[in-house]
Amino acid sequence: MRIIVVGCGKIGSTIIESLVEEHHEVLAIDKDYAVVNKMIETYDVMGICGNGASYDKLIEADVERADLFVAVTETDELNMLSCFIASKLGARHTVARVRNSEYNTESLRYIKRNLSLNMTINPELLAAEAIYNVLRLPTASAVETFTARQFEMIELYVHQGSALDGVKLMDLKKNPDMQFLICAIKRGEETFIPNGSSEIKSGDKIAIIAPHDDTHTLLKNFGLLKKQARSVIIVGGSTTAQYLARLLSKNRVSVKIIEKDKERAQFLGENLPERVAVLCGDGTDPELMKEEGITSVDAVVAITGKDEENILIAYDAQLGGVGKVIVKVNRDGLFDVAEKLGIESIFSPRKLVADVVVRYARALESSIGSTMETLYSVMDGEVEALEFEVMPDFTHVGVALKDMKLKKNVLIAAILRGNDAIIPSGDDVIQSGDKIIVVSSQHRLCELSDIIR
Amino acid sequence: MNYKMVFYNLGRVVAVEGAALLLPLITSLLYSEWTVALAFLATMGIALAIGVVFSLVFKPKDGTIYSGEGFIIVALAWVAVSLVGALPFVFSGEIPSYVDALFESISGFTTTGASILTDVEKMSHGILMWRSFTHWIGGMGVLVLVIAVTKKASERNIHIMRAEMPGPIVDKITPRSKDTAKYLYLIYVGLTVVEFILLLCGGMDVFESVIHSFGTAGTGGFSSNNSSIAEYSPYIQWVIAVFMMLFAINFNVYFLIIIGKGLNALRSRELWTYIGVVVVATGIICANIFSIYGNFGDALRHAFFQTTSVMSTTGFSTATFSEWNEVCKGILFVLMFIGGCAGSTAGGIKLTRVILMFKTTRHELKRMLHPRVERSVKFDGKKVEEKTLHGVGVYLALYVILLLIVFFLLCFDAGFSFETNFSAAVSCFNNVGPAFDQAFASYAAYSPFSKIVLSFAMLLGRLEIYPLILVFLPSTWSRNH
Repeated sequence: MRIIVVGCGKIGSTIIESLVEEHHEVLAIDKDYAVVNKMIETYDVMGICGNGASYDKLIEADVERADLFVAVTETDELNMLSCFIASKLGARHTVARVRNSEYNTESLRYIKRNLSLNMTINPELLAAEAIYNVLRLPTASAVETFTARQFEMIELYVHQGSALDGVKLMDLKKNPDMQFLICAIKRGEETFIPNGSSEIKSGDKIAIIAPHDDTHTLLKNFGLLKKQARSVIIVGGSTTAQYLARLLSKNRVSVKIIEKDKERAQFLGENLPERVAVLCGDGTDPELMKEEGITSVDAVVAITGKDEENILIAYDAQLGGVGKVIVKVNRDGLFDVAEKLGIESIFSPRKLVADVVVRYARALESSIGSTMETLYSVMDGEVEALEFEVMPDFTHVGVALKDMKLKKNVLIAAILRGNDAIIPSGDDVIQSGDKIIVVSSQHRLCELSDIIR
Repeated sequence: MNYKMVFYNLGRVVAVEGAALLLPLITSLLYSEWTVALAFLATMGIALAIGVVFSLVFKPKDGTIYSGEGFIIVALAWVAVSLVGALPFVFSGEIPSYVDALFESISGFTTTGASILTDVEKMSHGILMWRSFTHWIGGMGVLVLVIAVTKKASERNIHIMRAEMPGPIVDKITPRSKDTAKYLYLIYVGLTVVEFILLLCGGMDVFESVIHSFGTAGTGGFSSNNSSIAEYSPYIQWVIAVFMMLFAINFNVYFLIIIGKGLNALRSRELWTYIGVVVVATGIICANIFSIYGNFGDALRHAFFQTTSVMSTTGFSTATFSEWNEVCKGILFVLMFIGGCAGSTAGGIKLTRVILMFKTTRHELKRMLHPRVERSVKFDGKKVEEKTLHGVGVYLALYVILLLIVFFLLCFDAGFSFETNFSAAVSCFNNVGPAFDQAFASYAAYSPFSKIVLSFAMLLGRLEIYPLILVFLPSTWSRNH
């Protein structure tokens, strides 16, 4: 597909990287010549230097032949305007990054309709939701939800002495009242889709899929449950922090935000609910953190603009015995550093956004409309979890899973039939109208029939 | 430096060359030239063996390359391809000396068209086909071909394409470099086929049509006749002249026309400058040689042919232009330097660079008068970055220095006139082919040392200096570059 990406900042370049990996024809537009040049030299893309909302530039970019137009510059309004012009000029689908919370759901719906925008992405909101999910289930290093929260995929590290250490998957399955499936294991550099005889070892990172209602019981039975965080310190008062504080305080979690900049802190104080305490101070100052009770909170979320600061704060908090530490790291190189320091929940907002765009692009590519509903890249991008709706014309409707010839490294992990959440066994069949979750590594699935060999 | 990736790519290039030898092999079989066929078979075996061994031994774990690797891959690939490409000449016994064979091979791949042969008509069909086919492969680029035909596309192919494609600014015409390579070759093949058909229509036989189409397309200039194009009909001379001109135009122009944006193509400053130079040069030469030929038609044809031949750096000839008057020789000599447009198969400095150089000069002069003036150099309505201008400046400086060194080294060869040596250096460096005076028809008389110097000059010219220089830079190879 031909895709135009306007804005090649952190988010834009990650989107470009993912789209190029998916073998799309990508055209990058940015106003900064040096940035465009870097894109051309790093990725197999074409670059144009200029304003993404300018008619001339869009014509130069052949926008009328574009299947997808993605505007992710710093400015919401510029993104919306670019998308509007692009769609008027003939771009088939448009996606804009809109992150200002003043454009709420209602106004976004209006804007989308009238500017013929197909989708808006709010990276900060996506990040806040991802963090919130993990705070809800602190055992996990990451949590992904599927289909109206019916299913969850939990990633977690298996520590020495854990109930899962040294257990074979088929032995786990013997417990009949627990519905779950371990669908991926990452051991060192290698990530694989396990089978019944695979054994879990300490140090592994595993991905478990289970119905949302059962996850608590499940983790409890394994003796892994950490209680939900009731008090959280957020370091860094970005827009993400703002969204996160709102989400948390709505769920009665006590939140403290520590922000360095006086003006920004004041702004947050004025705009957030009163239950949220906003402090002006330096999160890297141990004295201040101690004073604010870093040793007694359930969780610390380090999301300042600087990766290094975040890692330091998180490491410090972890040493201080904080139960759950979440850290934002944007640069790939520092991701490994944070992992080596033993920090488990590391997330990169730009990857979240890239996932959304990639999913959108892939859904556009599938031949019969869009049946792909969700796509997550999990286990540090090694594995993909995708959700499909089963259409009546799917060739394997009514076939038992054990009789399906699935591709290697593909697993049907869950079925949602009406309101029933099913973790399937070999005897289960797929019916038309089901929603199914497929886990795969080393494949690029666009539609459901891609899973069949 | 990602050595594995460098040698892996070398292996792929040589393997593709092995596959390319199929064409001359078939030719020699068709003409029942058995020894020549054997020579091709042996070379194919060697090329494929090198390809297989390299791609197995140097299978890279990490496929990333940066611009440094891009330059080195291109430089070494061209050397490797030339070394292997010289083998059929030696194996078949038609050019017994390996240095001579190498000169011929490099002259072929760099699309120079300078030859050490004194009697081309004695050569077998297979060898002639291979000689001309090297032009065709070298014209668009060996590595661009590899990128276009191989399945596995590296994301960073752009570094290789940049290093191989001529011109100061290399733009991709499509987002993916593999597609760009494909489109370029499609245009290239298309134009070659059209010329081939037109030549056939003019009564040329199939073999000669192929040879001359290849020679024109790559802007090379190897012919199957000692007298080049002189003995063919005016129709054929016109066809070849027009196609020489077409192949020296930036291929982006054709791409724009194909995708229906011909109007944008017409806005190109380089294109109009190019046409202007051809028209003016043809006019002046025509006026000067009118007295020799006595009628306007012949004079115009010869003038136009020689102008496009030299400017596109092809080197075909319909007349012994080294015997024309000094004005004509002067014009042709200057055109050798300028060469064709960037992004074409032509050699030389490239028109874009010349235009940029003039603009920069004007800009600098203005700055002398008004030191505070804030203006930037524009090209086709777009601002040209300082870096690009700087690059053009450095390129020209290197160009002059290396050209003088080549000339100086030639002077040690006894028995050649100043004019011969200087024009030979210029002609080889710019990938034209024929020089003036003693080196018009053949370079056979030069010593092996001079031939190696000239071979090197041809490679420098085709690869636009940098790749080869970088290979000799110690810091390229040090671990901590």
